[in-house]
Amino acid sequence: MSTAESTRPATGRAGSQSTREAARRRERSHKTLIYTLLSIGLLVMLAPFGWMALSAFKTTEDLTASPPVWIPTEWTLQHFRDLLNVLDVPLHFLNSTFVAVCVTAGNLLFCSMLGYALAKLNFFGKRPIFGLVLGALMVPMNLMLIPKFVLMSQFGLLDSYAALILPFAAGAFGVFLMRQFISSVPDELLDAARVDGANEWFIYWRIVLPLVKPAMATLAIFTFMGSWNNFLWPLIVTNDPDKYTLPVALATFAIDPTKSEGSNGMLMAGAFLVVLPILLVFIVLQRYFTQGIATAGLK
Amino acid sequence: MARTTSVSPDDASSGQPPEIDDAATATGPPRRRGRRARLGTQHLAGWLFSTPFLALFGTFMAFPIVASLVMSFTDFGLRNVTDPLSTEFVGLENYTELFGDETFRRALFNTAYFVVVGVPLTIGLGLVAAVLLNSSIDRFRTFFRVGFYTPVVTSIVAVAVVWRFVLDPGDGLISGVAAEFGWTTPDFLSSSTLAMPSLIAMAVWRNLGFPMVLFLAGLQSIPSEVREASRIDGAGAVQEFRKITVPLLRPTMLYVAVITTIGYLNVFEEPFVMTGGGPADSTLTTSLYMYREGFDFFHMGYASAMAYTLFVIVLAITLLQLRFLRDKTT
Repeated sequence: MSTAESTRPATGRAGSQSTREAARRRERSHKTLIYTLLSIGLLVMLAPFGWMALSAFKTTEDLTASPPVWIPTEWTLQHFRDLLNVLDVPLHFLNSTFVAVCVTAGNLLFCSMLGYALAKLNFFGKRPIFGLVLGALMVPMNLMLIPKFVLMSQFGLLDSYAALILPFAAGAFGVFLMRQFISSVPDELLDAARVDGANEWFIYWRIVLPLVKPAMATLAIFTFMGSWNNFLWPLIVTNDPDKYTLPVALATFAIDPTKSEGSNGMLMAGAFLVVLPILLVFIVLQRYFTQGIATAGLK
Repeated sequence: MARTTSVSPDDASSGQPPEIDDAATATGPPRRRGRRARLGTQHLAGWLFSTPFLALFGTFMAFPIVASLVMSFTDFGLRNVTDPLSTEFVGLENYTELFGDETFRRALFNTAYFVVVGVPLTIGLGLVAAVLLNSSIDRFRTFFRVGFYTPVVTSIVAVAVVWRFVLDPGDGLISGVAAEFGWTTPDFLSSSTLAMPSLIAMAVWRNLGFPMVLFLAGLQSIPSEVREASRIDGAGAVQEFRKITVPLLRPTMLYVAVITTIGYLNVFEEPFVMTGGGPADSTLTTSLYMYREGFDFFHMGYASAMAYTLFVIVLAITLLQLRFLRDKTT
């Protein structure tokens, strides 16, 4: 009796301990599996970038070596120098930056203005306008390509910065995003300002905009990135290499059939220069990216 | 929501019952007049706030959408770029020519191939990545998420240039890795059977971060109580995924499917930079063919008919998706 009583709790404890341990072990192996899968995935996702970055600094001998050389035996800037001889990279870089800054500024202002009106003002025609914005989200860019090109030609704006900026200066996505965020600003705040005699511009500029700064940051990043990476439209409206943005300059160089030997190094150097700025921006501000996507997708 | 702001902002903010508000007749009439005046200025303000966007929207979106339709019934060519009004109407000629066009059918088939294989792979792998990231791991989540999302933010031109080199049969990354194991690799982009799968692989690689981020947000919005309840009821991991995760992710799935399909139906940059549509038109997509006809040969009326045909297809598929993927319970 006494022995039975003394052993039963002991075995019970041992049993629960062993099951707990088994569960912990199972969870640990489960975690190991997940980390392994994720690491393999990450390797696949980042390998092309690593390959690009390493290749950009390899000598031509290393690039064409067989068996392949993974880490450069000798680091060189030769491909960047060669690239600078063929392409005016600083100019294209400035073009891309200037266009992206203007497009971003336009979107921040115009989209937040309409976003404010749609979220907080009651006016005739509000519903159809919001319908237009939602519809515009669904229309593929390619549909408007040809008439837009003819329009630009008629305006005499081909090969101008205006042609690169104006069609993107106010996007439907921005309006949608700003409307979603501005809707969450408490109405009481705006009404209090109205009672105090503030006009709508003052309310928008001094009260609403400061409150939706995170949304503005998200929109700014997305627009800047979109503009920086934009390709088809700049390709169509610019013929003058002086107006090429960085991706267009790289693409015209990349698909040029008269390239010389060893151009893979130059191409990787070019791709490196195109990717690097946006990658740095992304890594520093990554929180806004994922937040912005989630908000735009789910609200 | 907007209605409450205009009708009774004061009631809502003060939280007082409406009878008391009405009883205070002294303040009633002036306040009502003030409200009406405010509404009047809201009409004006609303339109003033809308004007910049509407002006740009009208010029660069609404007008081109209509113009594109009109152009698709004309013989719009190079000379009409400088003199648009001298173009001649040709009725349905562009469309009849289009449907008899062998190359266009080829392009449609290639686009369908790209979409039918690419979209499920992109969404599926995005979902897998999201589920893995949302599971019990507690460290490096941000690190992995940033890594998986990186290809989405980079320029498609740079990515295509890099991938062309990755797939290079002589000095490329894949042939290099294969060589380490003593294997040889085919010349992916010069093979008319392998070129399209290569482009799809690249597109999936590049885009899966987008559904991943959305699914991750969706997964995190599923209350943990729901999961615990299912586990207590004895549901295994697979059952939990099928009966809890998938149904609750339906709205996200719908959004992701629509956006990804629209994007993939319009695929242009990947074949443009990597293959130029070749070899033997095996990667010629509808958008690339449209670009070729419109901007290389300046058959702009014909290209417009192509753009509109593609648009109608996109619209039809989007509507079908909205119909069949929508939550059936609501």
